[in-house]
Amino acid sequence: MMSQEKLREIKENARPLLDERLKVEDKTEVRDGNIVLKGDYYKKQVRIALRNCEIILPESIEEYIALDGYSALGKMLFEMTPEDVVNTMIESNLRGRGGAGFPAGRKWLEAFKYDADQKYIICNADEGDPGAYMDRSILEGDPHSVLEGMAIAGYAIGANQGFIYVRAEYPLAVKRLQAAIKQAKEYGVLGNNIFGTDFSFDIELRLGAGAFVCGEGTALMESIEGKRGMPRVKIHRTAHRGLWQKPTVINNVETLANIPVIFQRGAKWFRGIGTEKSPGTKVFALVGKVKESGLVEVPMGTSLREIVFDIGGGVADGKAAKAVQTGGPSGGCIPVELFDTPVDFESLAKIGSIMGSGGMVVMDETDCMVDIARFFLEFSVDESCGKCVPCREGTKRMLELLEKITGGNGEEEDIARMESLAVTISTGSLCGLGQTAPNPVTSTLHYFRDEYEAHIRDKTCPAGHCQALLEYYITEDCIGCTKCARSCPVSCISGKVKERHVIDTDACIKCGNCMEVCPVGAVILR
Amino acid sequence: MVKLTINGIDYEVERDKTVLQVCNDIGIDIPTLCHDERLEPYAACRMCLVEIEGAKNLQTSCSTKVREGMVVHTHNDKVMDARRDVLDLLLSNHPIDCLTCEKSGQCKLQDYAYEYGVREGTYVGEMRNKPIDDSNHFYTYDPDKCILCGLCVRVCDELQNTNAIGFEDRGFGTIVATPFDQGLGNSACVSCGNCVSVCPVGALMPKYDTKFRLWETKKVRTTCSYCGVGCQMDLLVKGDKVVGVEPAFDTFNNGLLCVKGKFGYKFINHGDRLKTPLIKKDGEFVEASWDEAYKLIISKIEDTKAKYGADALAGLSSARCTNEENYMFQKFMRAAIGTNNVDHCARL
Amino acid sequence: MTNTIEEILHTDAIFIIGSNTTENHPVIGATMKQALRNNGTKLVVADPRRIELADYADVYLQIKPGTNIALLNGIMNVIIEKGLQDREFIEKNTENYEELEEIVKDYTPEKVAEICDVKAEDIIKAATIYGEADKAGIFYAMGITQHTTGTDGVMSISNLALLTGNLGKESAGVNPLRGQNNVQGSSDMAALPSDYPGYQKVFKEEVAEKFEKAWEVNLSRKVGLTVAEMLDAAEKGDIRTMYIMGENPMVSDPDINHVKKALESLDFLVVQDIFFSETCELADVILPAASFAEKDGTFTNTERRVQRVRKAIEPVGKSKPDWQIIMEVMNLLGYDKKYSHPSEIMDEIASLTPQYGGIDYVRLEDKDGLQWPCPTKDHPGTKYLHGTAIARGKGLFVPAKYKESAELPDREYPYIFTTGRILYHYHTRTMTGRVEGLNKQVPEAYVEIDEVTANKLDIKDGDKVRLTSRRGSIEVGAKITDIISEGVLFMPFHFAEAAANYLTNPALDPIAKIPEFKVAAVKLEKID
Repeated sequence: MMSQEKLREIKENARPLLDERLKVEDKTEVRDGNIVLKGDYYKKQVRIALRNCEIILPESIEEYIALDGYSALGKMLFEMTPEDVVNTMIESNLRGRGGAGFPAGRKWLEAFKYDADQKYIICNADEGDPGAYMDRSILEGDPHSVLEGMAIAGYAIGANQGFIYVRAEYPLAVKRLQAAIKQAKEYGVLGNNIFGTDFSFDIELRLGAGAFVCGEGTALMESIEGKRGMPRVKIHRTAHRGLWQKPTVINNVETLANIPVIFQRGAKWFRGIGTEKSPGTKVFALVGKVKESGLVEVPMGTSLREIVFDIGGGVADGKAAKAVQTGGPSGGCIPVELFDTPVDFESLAKIGSIMGSGGMVVMDETDCMVDIARFFLEFSVDESCGKCVPCREGTKRMLELLEKITGGNGEEEDIARMESLAVTISTGSLCGLGQTAPNPVTSTLHYFRDEYEAHIRDKTCPAGHCQALLEYYITEDCIGCTKCARSCPVSCISGKVKERHVIDTDACIKCGNCMEVCPVGAVILR
Repeated sequence: MVKLTINGIDYEVERDKTVLQVCNDIGIDIPTLCHDERLEPYAACRMCLVEIEGAKNLQTSCSTKVREGMVVHTHNDKVMDARRDVLDLLLSNHPIDCLTCEKSGQCKLQDYAYEYGVREGTYVGEMRNKPIDDSNHFYTYDPDKCILCGLCVRVCDELQNTNAIGFEDRGFGTIVATPFDQGLGNSACVSCGNCVSVCPVGALMPKYDTKFRLWETKKVRTTCSYCGVGCQMDLLVKGDKVVGVEPAFDTFNNGLLCVKGKFGYKFINHGDRLKTPLIKKDGEFVEASWDEAYKLIISKIEDTKAKYGADALAGLSSARCTNEENYMFQKFMRAAIGTNNVDHCARL
Repeated sequence: MTNTIEEILHTDAIFIIGSNTTENHPVIGATMKQALRNNGTKLVVADPRRIELADYADVYLQIKPGTNIALLNGIMNVIIEKGLQDREFIEKNTENYEELEEIVKDYTPEKVAEICDVKAEDIIKAATIYGEADKAGIFYAMGITQHTTGTDGVMSISNLALLTGNLGKESAGVNPLRGQNNVQGSSDMAALPSDYPGYQKVFKEEVAEKFEKAWEVNLSRKVGLTVAEMLDAAEKGDIRTMYIMGENPMVSDPDINHVKKALESLDFLVVQDIFFSETCELADVILPAASFAEKDGTFTNTERRVQRVRKAIEPVGKSKPDWQIIMEVMNLLGYDKKYSHPSEIMDEIASLTPQYGGIDYVRLEDKDGLQWPCPTKDHPGTKYLHGTAIARGKGLFVPAKYKESAELPDREYPYIFTTGRILYHYHTRTMTGRVEGLNKQVPEAYVEIDEVTANKLDIKDGDKVRLTSRRGSIEVGAKITDIISEGVLFMPFHFAEAAANYLTNPALDPIAKIPEFKVAAVKLEKID
């Protein structure tokens, strides 16, 4: 049976071994008493949720314990009442990292107050935003921090059962979680009578089948219950009637990973990081046209510029930055002029985007913002569950309008149609997926309206991206080698040997063969 | 009780009711396509959206409970625009063939299109194009007309508890289907038709053998003539023919019937019905007048009674006949003939 | 039913015995499933066939046909053994408890398990669920009554309800599910040889005088004959003339060969029906009746609810409503009472039938009808019976011992044959046989055979087989199934072409005179 003494003993034995291994590997250093990863990329980061990732061996509960793992749980079981735990959470003002930013402590309080014979904790590990892998990294790199966070939540609200709803597309995460749950039970930090107390808490895994909408809390619960994953009507709070109609707290992976640290170091310490309204840090998956992509964890309030330029090293290939898209498919595109905006829940919302789960896609001058909007909307169309009319039918129609525009057939009134449709979809949809689905369109319409107008009025794509609006053109650099004319499947290139060739753009089918075969790069798109 | 304001007027209403229920109670008509008081709120069609001051988005009145101090607008411009847009979106993916659609006249989509002045769907794009499921003997499912309100799926699940149908695929491609697309005729479906009875559009339609428009029919409330449950239902009558059956929603059967109640009415106007008295002559039945038949019956009854006494006569009454008829039959045997030899098939 | 269908939604435990509810009373079946789903109601099912509801049951007891009473006694044995009986209720409201205790003492779970061919632990589980429930309802149908021990079966059910105090309160009770639309009403209206309307006995002087006064005739005090007795009397020549209204004994009654002989022996037979039934073949005169859609009237459903039947169309052809035909014949016979509308008949019924005393057509305009007893015009009707007191003052325990069925399998007739109804057809199919979809769904008769027996006799699904009992023989298609126990054969009785009732045993329950449709011994052969 686990006890606090035994935990200390394990820690004391494991810590020297860990230190030794890290010394050999030489990829870490000690900063302010914490072991952190070396290198410029990590210098400006403050890693709380990712504190152990790439540092400890994820299969080893001893190494987790060596860095104070399960000490918070052990301590609170003896020294804090569930009410104390809930109050500490409220005091920390940790806000949900899954997107909406709802204070976790308030969720806990609701479930804590609600009397029921059975309560549940759910870890939402159904990370689905394209390009996002924050949760995956935590699950794969530090599964115990999530388990400990769940157990703490369970103790706080009086739940003895937890579920982790994890994507089946994360096989390594699943494997690591399974191993971690097994270990934790063997060590007596999960299962019956944790630390020898009356508190029991078990965790089971549930595998998602790849539906994005199952990341929505109530759709996720439907899915766990074995039903089709569709969002529920929001007539009851899930903290009162959630999974199987029992009080349920659902937190996402990153939120849970923060919890043990908050209890190790205190709510006050946590509030000292980040901003007043959004304390703590946030992990972002910095991807796209940035020099150094990867996971970035910074205090809330850090500016986009710091993240993209100081940590990410700016845009790759010497191109100019154009925008950054935050918040996944439901987020918005923020133009480079607004890069000094601090990243927190309120500031992002003010400029038409969202924090979301932490996707951050950097775009450069060659990215067409109309097409970017189309790309994200297509994702939402594919992932709509089909339940409510505005999302099912509306996003599809909006996508068709965008396709019409990028296809060169846009008409003047299409912009107004999209704007009115966006209002219907965002104000009329049932769940967050639908309500936010038009965001990529509305934000690009707001900041990059000229690009839409260029597509519609001038039938051009300023970024040179939309195939339908481009023409192949042979420049003066042509040496008259005739290769292009010979490779053209519709024989629309004419010219004499050793003279500059010309493309008949009316006949051209834009297959791109000419460009590919030109030895001097004289064929361009314009 | 809760005080709230709806369209500028103050009301005091019961706690625990939804905005939709309260509006219904006070006579404000809010459109719904997916709502059914018997089922859990579903909030999918978004026709019942209302504006609640202070809320970020429009709220579905079917799933929003009244709260103290709430200020509700059920028909302001914002709400009406949203409803029109919803109808526009639905009609953009719905065949506009009301002229020949069997459901015309009893179609809620048609009614609301009329009420909200939405002539057609204005979005030109892909439309659902799936084959009709004709595999059930009693009704058909046309996915192209389906608006995915989910009433059928939920009635099958929550009330009938058969769970024969569900949603397949997702997003724009969603349709109602049976597991593994085996077709309704090869599914767990028990053909109760309770899904058909709630379909607001022409997606789930009975296989009628008479063409009719609802306005040509009258509805006659009666009691089902099959088992002893005695479900209440409305016969749809066109001229001298019963052309359809709809369950009663305001009685104990709560809008439910079984396959016999819902679809078993076709015997009524069947050509085999006995239409005239028949008398057996030389082993063959020949048509006779009521007078002839009565005369023969009276003479035989009187004969038997005179020769053998009243107890040589016996009569079987029927559990299929009315109370009044059973009463008359036993009275006939007892008072007019004079025997207690009367029974019926209660034991069979 | 002592209780009301709607009350099922709030019951704590449902015990179904001898009723395939989802097929034969589908809307009640659906209501039960709603209770299981929404109310956490527990379910016990006892039936020789693994009917649909068995899959929803907390305990399913696949009992051998004909062993209901053993099972019920076994359940009572466990309840008493565990102290789950309602002592206060027994004390206050019942008589003869001691005899019950004495008799069920012998029916230990182990002994009953052997008789019924189920597990003792399942009997204990079932008894515990029923016994521990605060409000528990028993639901049964012909699986209980169609036995030579049918009356004992019903009494045993009543014993069980009394033992646990499950009478006289909501969502509990003893709830027979009536098979036909107005079987309750035709009994209430005294289409019975021993009763006047409202179960007033013909042999009681004050009753007879009351009716003589009302009807202004002299009436016989002699109890008449039941269906089975009539047929026997006809065969013997004691009954000479019969008048059959809306019945089809040539399919529905046991031992059809015997029915045929009896009806053929008559001097004169009148059949009044909406279709030319199998019984019409034997008639001398056939009168065309109007269907339920062509007349006004009332039906009384299984929960005693009197509800309106309303005329929707004119009678087809020259047909007439049954009440009118009967009235005209009666008038021609010299009994001159005339009625212009069924509502006038109901007024007369109300004046003579205490339970219907407050019922009239004006009140029946209410969408919910009226549940009897409704003795006076201002009485709201009765949701559940025995609310104030048990009908006969105190509930009497009438304990019964288990007796075997009249005919048991032997070497020559080695299989147990049992009959019943199915979802897609109704009674003798005069109506459902004329609905295209229903006929496509189930076009012909079949016999359900378990997999082991089928395998032994090399019978494949769809093969033609011959079934023979001591009374007759039929040929029918085989349906191989896993829902029935080895050695038990089930057949729906609806089909005239292969009528199960050629085989059934006409042996009667001595009191209720109900034939033993549920157990007969047959042999089974494959036809090559």
